[in-house]
Amino acid sequence: MAKPANFHVVIVGGGATGAALAHDLALRGLRVTLVERGEVTSGTTGRHHGLLHSGGRYAVKDPESARECIEENFILRKIAPGSFELNDGLFVAITEEDEAYLPRFLEGCEACGIPTQVLSREEALRLEPNLNPQVRVAVRVPDGTMDAMRLPLRFLATAKKNGAVVRPYTEVLEVLKRNGTVYGVRVRDHVTGREEDIHADVVVNAAGPWSGKIAAMVGVDVPIRPSPGVLVAVEGRWTNMVINRLHPAGDGDIIVPQRGLSIIGTTSWVVDDPDALDLPEDHVRLMFEKGGEMVPVVGKAPLWAAWSAARPLVGPRQAETGRELSRTFKCFDHADEGVEGFVTITGGKATTARGMAEVTADVVCRKLGLDVPSRTREVVLLPHTAYYRL
Amino acid sequence: MGLKRVFRVFRYKPGWSRPRYETYTLDLPEWATVLEALMRIRRDHAPDLTLRHSCLHGSCGTCGMRINGREALACLVKVQDLPERITVEPLYNLGVVSDLVVDMPAFYEKFEPVGRPLIRRSEYLPQAVPPEGIPHFTRLESCIECGLCVSACPVAATDEAYLGPAALAAAWRVVEEPRDARVWQALALADSPHGCWRCHLALECSEVCPTGVKPGHAIAALRAYLLTSQAVRTASPMGEAS
Repeated sequence: MAKPANFHVVIVGGGATGAALAHDLALRGLRVTLVERGEVTSGTTGRHHGLLHSGGRYAVKDPESARECIEENFILRKIAPGSFELNDGLFVAITEEDEAYLPRFLEGCEACGIPTQVLSREEALRLEPNLNPQVRVAVRVPDGTMDAMRLPLRFLATAKKNGAVVRPYTEVLEVLKRNGTVYGVRVRDHVTGREEDIHADVVVNAAGPWSGKIAAMVGVDVPIRPSPGVLVAVEGRWTNMVINRLHPAGDGDIIVPQRGLSIIGTTSWVVDDPDALDLPEDHVRLMFEKGGEMVPVVGKAPLWAAWSAARPLVGPRQAETGRELSRTFKCFDHADEGVEGFVTITGGKATTARGMAEVTADVVCRKLGLDVPSRTREVVLLPHTAYYRL
Repeated sequence: MGLKRVFRVFRYKPGWSRPRYETYTLDLPEWATVLEALMRIRRDHAPDLTLRHSCLHGSCGTCGMRINGREALACLVKVQDLPERITVEPLYNLGVVSDLVVDMPAFYEKFEPVGRPLIRRSEYLPQAVPPEGIPHFTRLESCIECGLCVSACPVAATDEAYLGPAALAAAWRVVEEPRDARVWQALALADSPHGCWRCHLALECSEVCPTGVKPGHAIAALRAYLLTSQAVRTASPMGEAS
């Protein structure tokens, strides 16, 4: 029977998904090469607000995503110790309308297995003195804060330790295909200037919002909607816990404290080209306004930075704002469309990257006739600094 | 489009192209940062331009470079605050890998052995009571390992073996708040011939640090700490064992 090491998998995309997938496949004993156009985590991954999701945000409307989040949240605490600000999060009700959402929220969390603790106004203000004093009720959930780049670096470091080759500044020019079977990629290494073919038994498209472009090189369609959102960082850390608005998902419904900053997120629209993101001024203003409703001092704090990031959401082309699209992920084996050797993984979020990788690696192994289980639920990751030392 | 700027960008691919500056003229929106400009240069003019970036808000530390001769994170420098001609170069003292990308393994070779944990105690809102089950609030360390301090350091420019401001600041954080790290190891590195005694107190490091770490002050604190503990050792008949 063939051994895992007989097979070579090329992963296109050095974000959280590609990083976790490289780790999963390398642990299973496969040979792995990951190529990324720029520096690793330079696309969407590095730009998120840094939330380690409890899943609370999705508990009512998107329970599948919520369950994924809470399960992965607990796994990540085990496999990536020392990477998270584990201060928990609050969902805060400011208006009567917010408060009316409480029963549905608690029900949703319970159904998804998200632990909650209801806090009175006084209790909430004791934990977070800068909360809007009009807060009516708050719910504590196991949110946390991560470093959006350094967590995926731990996946990459461990993958490298297990033999994976990680190649930043290596751009895919073409996906090599013969008789309906993908057999590798042609890349240009922007450091050496060389073009070369990298052969593979399976090529995995993990290019996030760019995955539509990679799929187009193969002639298959991926229903991806690059859906940008604006994020704003203000100077000062005004809470220690993550603060969410207790109401259905909307613009400016979260403040994630991180280091000495507070990040307010986010808005949502859809674009065609993830390389041309605008930064609409009214979205920036809205972040201050909505953030200030939860934590008034955040709304008045000096601007540190404002930026856009494109989510790789899976959904129909006619989606307009991206809010209606699920935050869960999809793995496509394009054999279903007559193309062998090519798999796309997209959607999802940083918190669920490990789970996405496990599902994708299962698909890859099944295609190769391998029966090797994933071990990423248990293996503790190397520190991020190891990425640059291996 | 409101901002017209001319960018002179350092281009160098060791082994196959000479160091040179290439000029790109851009029309940018008012909100554009230098990083946004560089990403547009790569997208529209020079697909082989290599640079590092990730978070776009000064949290990851990857986009450190020299902008008009001064170390900065490109994502935090607004183009509208700069003159019409903007020169962008890689950081000093780490070695160029390709264009604006410097040798980060060289940085981590000195930084990692210090063993500073990434998570620290939060000093914010000391009056806040942490929730049940959380002994104290925590946060990520301030240092984002960007290398700006190493680039600005005049000692690092002349002594390749110098531990450098980032690693020394990390060593001080270990002494200040040991957590489970090995304090003796961090101190031994700081006290080595290429450690904190090499510093000339130019304080350029503290000047350019984007996250308020103030490595120069950390180095001064390390020196004071080492001098005091040496004085204690000298005065004690039991030497180091006391």
